[in-house]
Amino acid sequence: MTKGLTLTPTRRSVLAGMGAATAASFFPGYTNAQSSEPIRLGFQLHRTGIGAAYGRWYERTATAALARMNAAGGIGGRPVEILFEDDGTDPARGAEVFGKLATQSNCDLVFGALFSHVVIGTAPRAAELKVPYLVCSEGHHVASGMLNRWTLQPGITDVKSQVQAMAPFVTSNLGKKVTMIFPDFAFGHDHRDYFTAACAAQGGEVIAQIAIPPTETSFTRYFPQIPAETEVIYHVMVGPAVLTFVKELGEFYGSGARPQLFGFIDSLEAVDINSSGLEFLDGSHFWEAHPRYKQADASDAETAYRAAVGVDDNGASASDAADVATYSHMFSVWETLSVIKAGMEAAGYTGAADRQKLVEAIEAMTGFDEGEDHPQGAKTFNGKTHQAFGIQNITKVEGGKLVVAHKTSVEDGMYPDEVDYTSQSF
Amino acid sequence: MGFGPLLLLAILEGAVTAAVLALTAVGLSLTFGIMRVVNVAHGEFFMLGAVLAWFVSQWFPDAPLLAFLLAMVVCPLVVAGVAVLADVLILKRLHYEPEATIVATIGLLYIFQQAALSFFGPNARPVAPPFNFRVQLPWFGYSGYKLFVILAAGVLLLLVWLLITRTKIGLVMRATQIDRTTAKAFGINVDRVYAMTFGIGAGLAAIAAVLVVPIQQAHYLMGGDPLLLSFIVVILGGLGSLRGTLIAALLIGLLDGLLSTAFFFPPTFAKIVATLLVALVLVFRPEGLFGRRTA
Repeated sequence: MTKGLTLTPTRRSVLAGMGAATAASFFPGYTNAQSSEPIRLGFQLHRTGIGAAYGRWYERTATAALARMNAAGGIGGRPVEILFEDDGTDPARGAEVFGKLATQSNCDLVFGALFSHVVIGTAPRAAELKVPYLVCSEGHHVASGMLNRWTLQPGITDVKSQVQAMAPFVTSNLGKKVTMIFPDFAFGHDHRDYFTAACAAQGGEVIAQIAIPPTETSFTRYFPQIPAETEVIYHVMVGPAVLTFVKELGEFYGSGARPQLFGFIDSLEAVDINSSGLEFLDGSHFWEAHPRYKQADASDAETAYRAAVGVDDNGASASDAADVATYSHMFSVWETLSVIKAGMEAAGYTGAADRQKLVEAIEAMTGFDEGEDHPQGAKTFNGKTHQAFGIQNITKVEGGKLVVAHKTSVEDGMYPDEVDYTSQSF
Repeated sequence: MGFGPLLLLAILEGAVTAAVLALTAVGLSLTFGIMRVVNVAHGEFFMLGAVLAWFVSQWFPDAPLLAFLLAMVVCPLVVAGVAVLADVLILKRLHYEPEATIVATIGLLYIFQQAALSFFGPNARPVAPPFNFRVQLPWFGYSGYKLFVILAAGVLLLLVWLLITRTKIGLVMRATQIDRTTAKAFGINVDRVYAMTFGIGAGLAAIAAVLVVPIQQAHYLMGGDPLLLSFIVVILGGLGSLRGTLIAALLIGLLDGLLSTAFFFPPTFAKIVATLLVALVLVFRPEGLFGRRTA
């Protein structure tokens, strides 16, 4: 610094300084944040690309949760803003969007990303910029220790926990010889690795693993790889062509004998299960974190949440019955926002300088009670692994609706810690 | 599943790919053969056809057959109209210079893609097939509509062949392809032939998309694969050779079906093999399998 002070200013540096000062006066919001200003939350949104169906509903859920939060006084008495930025469901763009939200838009943190390749591609940027990154991705990459201290997943259970909790139902009720069909990227690989292990632990066996690129548009060609002795097909697909995937599966088996079907609702998120060609799904089972069809025993919090996000009892938009929600995933946005509020208030958050305190405050949490802040259900939170653990539902297609057949407990999905992020430096 | 049924399924799947690919690639082959324009936006004409088919299907939500028949007429016409405009307003003004038209069609690619994103949205949207009929074989079920796609593409290709070989329009197009200057000297309005060719090429891509959209769903990014595969087919078959394009489409489609369905290779592998074939053809037979030697 002293060196800079002794130098005579050149004409160029003076001009540059004047330019910067003028620019700053045009953008007063960029100069400094004061505590009376709104808290700015960046949202890494899959508005386009293969995650667009999720992005549409994540934006609606975030907007609804934000309205509720601001109506109740915001965070620590300050109003809250969310800045949505499209990442194209692309890892490279995800990291750019993160940088833009954190440095240009001066967001206090960034949240909302779902697709695992985007999360994995973005998380290093969060650590570089030292900005909290709260993901809603289900991937095991948070709890596995692959990411970093700035990345947390308090709003949704990870795949390893989900499949471990549900494997006993599959092997004891549907069959022991399982063929898995999954998308060929990190999220699908979590399914492949952890369900195969969980199935073996229950005395079952995964006899074939069929990986399909998430951008695939034609699926019939993969089905002959399903061995004839398969008792259960475990399917989880994502991407724009999920409806085609399920339809072609139905066509392939036709009216002939078929194995039992156990699907992750991901294969049909944002798709009406009563679409023509899906009749064969009747009687099959699905995993759902949050049941799409309102169940008979739905809590008041669930009813209030459903109304707030504009979803009817059949899981479609209240204003357009053809616009089916990604109901089993979008609650994670709502609940993550609840955690952000609780964390910021516990940390006495005043601005960007308190980002580290916020991470520490969330790490200190141990769980969340079921209620309007957490409508999907109670959760345990592990501060060391940065991962939440909740209940899972297995629903059965009955009369054109998904009806809960089995609920797991939080304990069913617990596994030993694989990392202690709190021992890592910031 | 035994190898026999597996082979049957592979051939069926390959034939669907080949049928759609042949229609799309013939469109590209025409524009290249006659106009010498490398149309990088060809895949987007395909996408526009699918997206328009979705819009048509929304007019008649309860009558998928009517919507399908209407889409088969309306979509190729609209897309051909867009292509003619692009030709008259852009390509003609660039005097069809190869480098300039490549850059211009790259620009068109982005314009069409972003227009679809703006007006159609980022979501994949299904279009109901005109009929739900399933063929139940002892080993597997198969979509009756896919069989119809093979048949319909065959009929359409026959019509294109008749147009090129048996009509005055076809004669004029062939004359322009062989020697543009002489054709002009004989009083052929070459500008009009070019605009028409570009329109027909785009219309063929659009009609292929209308056929495929009940199987695949419409999506604003769906133009990439048809473009790549069409180029592979056109280069393999010989630039501007209609017969070569058809045979190459059949070859690539069946190769794709056999490798990925019967031999369980990932579909990417089939694309790798196809691209390798192109490289080999370019090295050892640059004029393509059925192209005329220009030397």
